[in-house]
Formats: sequence, C-alpha cells, structure tokens
Amino acid sequence: MDVLTENFSLYGKGFLGTLELTVYASILALVLGLVMASFRVAPVGSLRVFGTVWVMVLRNTPLTLLFFAVLLGLPRFGLVLPFKVFAILALGCYTSAFICEVLRSGINTVPQGQGEAARSLGMTFGQTLGNVVLPQAFRSVIPPVGSTLIALAKNSAIAGAFSVTELLGTYKTLNELGYSIIWTFVWIAVGYLIITLSISALFNVLEKRYGVAR
Amino acid sequence: MAVDPLIELRDVNKYYGKLHVLQDINLTVGRGEVVVVIGPSGSGKSTLCRTINRLETIESGYIAIDGRPLPEEGKGLAELRAEVGMVFQSFNLFAHKTVLANVSLAQLKVRKRKKDQCDLRSRELLERVGLASQADKYPAQLSGGQQQRVAIARALAMDPKALLFDEPTSALDPEMINEVLEVMQQLARDGMTMVVVTHEMGFARSAANRVVFMADGRIVEDRTPEAFFTAPETDRAKDFLSKILKH
Repeated sequence: MDVLTENFSLYGKGFLGTLELTVYASILALVLGLVMASFRVAPVGSLRVFGTVWVMVLRNTPLTLLFFAVLLGLPRFGLVLPFKVFAILALGCYTSAFICEVLRSGINTVPQGQGEAARSLGMTFGQTLGNVVLPQAFRSVIPPVGSTLIALAKNSAIAGAFSVTELLGTYKTLNELGYSIIWTFVWIAVGYLIITLSISALFNVLEKRYGVAR
Repeated sequence: MAVDPLIELRDVNKYYGKLHVLQDINLTVGRGEVVVVIGPSGSGKSTLCRTINRLETIESGYIAIDGRPLPEEGKGLAELRAEVGMVFQSFNLFAHKTVLANVSLAQLKVRKRKKDQCDLRSRELLERVGLASQADKYPAQLSGGQQQRVAIARALAMDPKALLFDEPTSALDPEMINEVLEVMQQLARDGMTMVVVTHEMGFARSAANRVVFMADGRIVEDRTPEAFFTAPETDRAKDFLSKILKH
C-alpha cells in the first residue's frame, strides 16, 4: 500500500499518460478505421486497393516495429513531433486497421437489399453508407469495437519503451527506489483495470441503448 | 411500338460468369405504359428489371431513360435513379427508421426538400396507400403487405417518371397480395409508367398494356395481354401458361 500512497503523483502521471494515449489514439483509430472501411466497400477501385493495403500493412506489422518506424523513420523525412504524438499516431494507425475490419464485418451484416433500396432512390454512395448502412452496422459492431479499444489501452504500454510517460513505465523508477516489485505491479494493474473496465462499461451502455435489433 | 418511349433497351446482353442471362434484349416502354414481364424462374426477368436502374450492370447494349443513356457509376447515375422508383420482392424498408422516416429520407437527402415538407408529403402518400395510421411504427411491426405498400409510397415520394416492380407480391401471404395489387392497379389507372415482374396473371390481364414473356434470357413474346393469354404464339409460352393456369 505504501508504494501507492508515497508515489501517488508518479502513479497519477503515468495513469494520465496512459489515459491520454488511449483516448487520443482511440479517436484516431475510430476515425481512420471508419474512413478505411468506407474505402474498402467503395465503388471506386483505387480506394478499395488503398484500404486493403492499409489494413494489410498495419495489421501485419508488430506494434513495436511500427513504433520504431514512426519514431525513428518519420524524423528522417523531416517530420519532427513530440514522442507522445508519434506514439498516438503509431497506436492509432495500428488499431485503425482492426477497427476497419470490425466495421466491415458489421457492414456485411446489413442485408444487401438495404443498400440497393437506398441507391434505387437516388442516394449517393456516401449517403447510402452514412444514412442507411452504417447506422445498422453500428449496432452489431459495438462489442468487438469495445474489445479492440481495450486492446489499444493495453498496447499503449509499448509507448513507455520509447520514453513516453505512461503507466507501465512507472515501475522502472519505483524499482530503483527499492519498492516491492509485486506491489508495484499490482497497482499498475489496478490502473489499467480502471481504464479497461471503464471502456467495458461505456460499451455496455452503448450496446444496451443502440444494440437493440428492430 | 410506343410513340413516346420512356425506357429503351437495345441489344442488351448480360452474363453471370458463363451463364448468358440476358440475350439481345430489345424492349421499349412508352410513357404511361404498364408492361408486365412474366416467365419461368431463371428466365432473367428480375435481372432485366434490375438492369433498368443499373442495380445490375450489363456487358453490352444500350439502355436509356427518357432519352438519356444510363450513366456510369457516380452522381449522374444517382440522379437518374431518383427518377426511376423501384419496389423489391423483399420490401427492403430501412429497418432502423420509422415508416414516416423511410418515406421522407430520400426526399430529404436527394431532393433536398425541407424536413416538414418531406413529412407532409410522406403522410399524404401513406394516406394514399392506406397506412397513415402506421407512420410512427418501425417496418418490423408491420405485416408484409403493409411493408410493401410503404415501399411503394417511398418510391412515389421521389415523384419518379417510372416505377419498376421486381416481384412485389412474391414474398407475401395470399391474403396480403390483393392490398398491394390494388395500390398498383390504382397507380396504373393514374397513368404511371410501370414495369412489373410478377406471377400475378390476374394483374397482368387487368392492368397491363403489354405482356412480355421471357424464357432462357430472351424475350419470347411481347403482345397485349388479351392476345397473349388467349392465343400464345410460341410453344414455350403455351407450355408455361398451361402449367400455371391448370389449377
């Protein structure tokens, strides 16, 4: 217990760091995932190819490797940003590939006739997707999107290895100060649980409210 | 042939892989004409209906609506589709929207009408198909016949030049077929241009100006209902009619 009370501000900073990474990367992943899913079902061939390549590359690259590529690669092309922003980029892009596939499977659960009806009324691809297909796909993707964002929260630990302040990284300092390793990690785990359980709770509420089939 | 052609198909060919589903289709539908397409299943009649608003693409040939050739995918196609309503076998009402919102959605998004104008027009149309009291329900709460009538109202909301019906009564219980056919009869009387793929011979006899009989991807006969039903010319049509009119 002493570990927590005596180093509360350190834990707090780490917790906030992880929270920040999770929230911003989640937003980025959801937006990019939505765009990529739209690309993958678009009537334009080049967009479909772009979406497919995006998913293929990002989903099949180990996240640590992606961090290296972003943090060490982008500055070489003259793009220098704070490490935290780089970490959000890497984490968000990586997770967007998974979100994209989840959304696409949701889109596939909507009967084809729904899209056909919308198009037969003269609605464009964007209108059809936005007004008819996605709202119906949304309700079946709530649980898997929740899981993907929980995975993102935990993946954010990798950012610690690239000197971004986050929760897991706090153990190094505490270890050097001589605290019990077990209790150090117990409190770190509790911090992650607070974030992941909050995501679970949020998605449970969303599912209760929007996941009802009509 | 019709004097004022609204829908024109010339030498249309379509394949599903190796299957030649539409073979050299030539069909002209005049303004205000009701054309009923009948034929055995697999003869290509639904496909024919769906090519007219390009829900199915074709390999070769020419399709024009009101003198304008059917555009490629994109904004032009969307504009043209707004002029041609379609009613599906499986209704395809938007499951997440109320009946009223179903009828209003495309008016709002495509015709860019104001929300209250859309809803006013939608209620008018729902009244016309006898469903004004169901406006705030969801599609799943309605019977099949009611859903199909909503679908017709939804198509009418765009003020289309023509309506395509792809087996509109095939998914309905027998007792619900008539309520849908009555709405269609009324539309025909009001002078709507209609292409109707159906198995309802009674409707074909009473409402159609022409009957198009299809078999194996070809138009085999194209005549008035009277002539077709009393004296079919081809063996294929005789065979088909003898099978369905036996009971």
